[in-house]
Amino acid sequence: MPELNFNIKRPINYSWLVKMAWRDSRKNRSRLLLFMSSIILGIAALVAVYSFKANLQRDIDEQAKTLTGADLIIQSRRPLSPAVTALLDTLGLHRAKEKNFVSMVYFPKGEGSRLVEVKALTGDYPFYGSIETKPVAAAKTFKKGRRALVDHTLMLQYQAKPGDSIKIGNLSFAIEGSLESVPGQTGITSMVTPVVYIPLEYLEQTGLMQLGSRIQSRYFYQYKDVSGVNSDLKRHQQLLDKEQLSYETVATKKESTSRAFKNLNQFLALSGFIALLLGCIGVGTSIQVYIKEKLGAIATLRCLGLNAKEAFLIYLIQVGVIGLLGAIAGAFLGTVLQFLLPVVLKDFIPVELSMGVSWAAIGQGLATGLVISVLFAMPSLISVRSISPLNAIRASFEEAKPRRDFLKWLVYLLIIAFVYGFTYLQMNNGMQALAFLVGIVLSFLLLIGQAKLLMVILRKMIPQRMAYVWRQGFANLYRPNNQTMLLSVAIGLSTLFIVTLYLVQGVLLNKVAVSGSETKSNMVLFDIQPAQKEPLVKLLKAEHLPVLGQVPIVTMRILEINGKTAAQYEDTTAKEPGNRTPRAFSGEIRATYQADLRPTELLTEGKWTGTTTENGTVFISLEKAYADRIKVKIGDSIVFDVQGLPLKTKVGSFRSVNWNTVQPNFRVAFPTGVLEQAPQFYVFMTNVPAAERSADLQSKVLRQFPNVSIVNLDMIVKTIENLLDKINFVIRFMAGFSMATGWIVLLSSVMSSKGQRLKESVLLRTMGASRKQIMTITGLEYLFLGFIATAAGIILALLGSWALAEFALQSNYAPELLPLLVFLFAIPLLVMLTGLYSSRSVLNQPPLQILRKES
Amino acid sequence: MLYASLQNSILAFQNHYFKQDSNYITLEHILNIRNVSKIYENAGHKLTVLDQINFSIQTGTTVAITGPSGSGKTTLLGLCAGLDRSSSGTVSLNGIDLDHLTEDERAAVRNRYVGFIFQNFQLLPTLTALENVMVPLELRGERNIKKHALDLLDKVGLADRSGHYPVQLSGGEQQRVSLARAFSNQPAILFADEPTGNLDAETSDKVIKLLFDLNKEAGTTLVIVTHDLDLAAKTNRMIKLKGGVVVADLELNHA
Repeated sequence: MPELNFNIKRPINYSWLVKMAWRDSRKNRSRLLLFMSSIILGIAALVAVYSFKANLQRDIDEQAKTLTGADLIIQSRRPLSPAVTALLDTLGLHRAKEKNFVSMVYFPKGEGSRLVEVKALTGDYPFYGSIETKPVAAAKTFKKGRRALVDHTLMLQYQAKPGDSIKIGNLSFAIEGSLESVPGQTGITSMVTPVVYIPLEYLEQTGLMQLGSRIQSRYFYQYKDVSGVNSDLKRHQQLLDKEQLSYETVATKKESTSRAFKNLNQFLALSGFIALLLGCIGVGTSIQVYIKEKLGAIATLRCLGLNAKEAFLIYLIQVGVIGLLGAIAGAFLGTVLQFLLPVVLKDFIPVELSMGVSWAAIGQGLATGLVISVLFAMPSLISVRSISPLNAIRASFEEAKPRRDFLKWLVYLLIIAFVYGFTYLQMNNGMQALAFLVGIVLSFLLLIGQAKLLMVILRKMIPQRMAYVWRQGFANLYRPNNQTMLLSVAIGLSTLFIVTLYLVQGVLLNKVAVSGSETKSNMVLFDIQPAQKEPLVKLLKAEHLPVLGQVPIVTMRILEINGKTAAQYEDTTAKEPGNRTPRAFSGEIRATYQADLRPTELLTEGKWTGTTTENGTVFISLEKAYADRIKVKIGDSIVFDVQGLPLKTKVGSFRSVNWNTVQPNFRVAFPTGVLEQAPQFYVFMTNVPAAERSADLQSKVLRQFPNVSIVNLDMIVKTIENLLDKINFVIRFMAGFSMATGWIVLLSSVMSSKGQRLKESVLLRTMGASRKQIMTITGLEYLFLGFIATAAGIILALLGSWALAEFALQSNYAPELLPLLVFLFAIPLLVMLTGLYSSRSVLNQPPLQILRKES
Repeated sequence: MLYASLQNSILAFQNHYFKQDSNYITLEHILNIRNVSKIYENAGHKLTVLDQINFSIQTGTTVAITGPSGSGKTTLLGLCAGLDRSSSGTVSLNGIDLDHLTEDERAAVRNRYVGFIFQNFQLLPTLTALENVMVPLELRGERNIKKHALDLLDKVGLADRSGHYPVQLSGGEQQRVSLARAFSNQPAILFADEPTGNLDAETSDKVIKLLFDLNKEAGTTLVIVTHDLDLAAKTNRMIKLKGGVVVADLELNHA
């Protein structure tokens, strides 16, 4: 071969490539803007969520001490032994004590009563942070007499003012002030059970400390430093365990609070990620069409001597710059948006949020934006390398044998790795991330298959006698240069993501929905002592109210399982991993006895026995999930300690229990004929038709039976609905990003693909096609394609959300039909309108003008 | 065959001894086409578009390749200019055997020695007239080229339209910009594919006159693919193709 007398491998002139990239983008900036906008919202969502997460973590770290209000909190629900009481009085530098329980309180002035959490406090708790009250001094002064601090929502509800009185049990307290916030409590918890503080010294006199009351004692300690806490805990660990005392330190609280928000953050980040993935589809489709349109220019440049690498770099620079600009815009928007998140979430957060700019989040957003822009544009960018210069002299040149480009496969692998890696980062669970990835890849392949099948079917099935415009509209879907595959994947995947998000939101909300309708009761009366049973029935009858259920409750503990006690299991646990832990024996069990199963219960295994058998065997029924937790099988024997007396039983059946109903539900159900003589209390259910009568009944019951608590289901339902509304709003807020991005992607896909059809439409116009005919052809093409792709997306979404509901959320799955129909018709309509809008220039301008512009 | 190998030896010899210090041609033949065939395969069917083509083009001459539609003219142009690879045979441009080069190496050869004029002008739509003319030189990494490009635009009579985009120019104007671009890198050989195919008669005449004038001034070898016999008659030599083979190779006497 002759020698070449010049350097054939010339060095790459990057500054010229940047100049060329700038020049080449001149006429296409609006198109590139569209590409940019498809990632803006996704990046904004991510940056907002990351910033929120970073700020929240910082606030939790900084405010951890005010979350607990003390260095150490020890808590117990049982009476303490003298040894422990003595110990608890010696720990720490400063001590405070609280006893809390749920009880009814009565506002004599407004004649209203309500179930609240009463906290009887002594000492200077909180040591860190403060109980915020109005007036401010009330937080300290209420302990100086028979005075109470009352939650501000309660004060509002009963129009109470400082100085009014509130009756708790047998005793009246003067309201010292309204309680604005308590360390570690969120808006939501105070909404469900509002708090009333009283001085501990008056608790005894309220008469509420009796059998059946679930009183929790909390001991607060302040230490000089954290080492004191640790050494005390280490020294007394055994005793605390033995007495079943639990404790909380600043460190454990920090950990549990962060953990509680992990789920929230994961949900927010995943929603953001879905918006981002949609944006990736937008990037992929718009760049593919963009490069297709640049084919002529690239071929000419190749003729003039541009090499493959330089051609690739020109477009890589364009994509990189636009991606970075999109990411910057997204990061800016996200930083602004993060200030909205605390407004949306404030009721769920126990710390004071101090939102600030998180540079780490912005950095992450910028990097993500740049990486996804380049990565998802890469398959199209790589194809730039193989554009032949022959395209400049041939009207349509296609290589006989397209080369297999291994780089392209490498890029696909990188994309898959990116999606997996990013999902894994959000979920921290390899299997879930894999399932998500497999779902996406399968959906992608199915949508491609569906598009191919559609083209084959249309090619074979369009009848020749069909009206021309219809034939033309359908034929556009399979003829050369069609966008069927591209739009099918873009529309199908967008629909899949959005509808899945919608359906999962429905599943989440259903999961916590409340139904009190099964027994038609709207009021539940708790903690009724045996002696109070008859007088209370009389009272209800006098009020002409039905007694819809009298459920007995007996408290007990597990003493032995299959003949072994907790201590014996403790010895074997170490030797046999996976064995039952002593945890099964801790905790008080509230059991009932009944002849038949309750409406909220369903027998899943074994046989329900409503009465004790003739040979005296007591067959009990356990809730399945509880039985699994304490590792008990059907036929196992359990000995219960029923307030001092051992009771031998056999596990006869398992039930599933719908805990979502505000009804008395039980993990352990006994047959009748065993527990009738045991110390017990009752829960009554009744139906009070009108709200005024409900208030009236509550005050009458409270006056006669101060220890009885009344739950007004209507109010609970309203409270939970309120809570759901807030959750719903958060979900919709995040889903909004995906919806908006989905629409931008649709817009960018349709706008990008319009060029393919524009010339044809102009030619048809030139040959005399009417405006209506062109509109029908274009409209039909987009409507039909939109419909098929949306339908495919919805079917995939149904499968996906079913799988999520079944395996991840373990919830019932019953999607509503109507919203799906709305999606099925609204999305194709939107596709069609966007298609028509993008072709309007054909309809409104003279054909020649467009032909000149397009050439 | 004997002739071909002899020719190649001579070329190699000449290339060795006459190292070029400019783009100007010192070789006798700038283009050598030896036994070149182009066969397309599609679904097992072979389509021979060019069959055993042989010819050489002398440096500094003007040649027309003519023939009816489908005779293989454009395919031959693609092979001669190094835009495509032949199925068999050798294409040697300015002493460089194009068949053994990669696409990127051929791109470098094109940038160095070849100029193009296309039927549909192929100006880059996002570049101004001036920028279009500058691109081939910029690709070479040359600097201070604006004056040279403006001079060329002036020669084609478009100095005052240098800042206009292609869409703002008429067909004839676009082809004149394309002429300026083709000559900007002082190519050794210029390929013109139906340069007047998209122009009316009057504009065609102007463009052709300009093409020949510029070519004469630069001393470039000019290869025109056309089915316009009047245009072909203006060249020194006419190679006629039909059905993928050379049916006539005529020296034209303009004396």
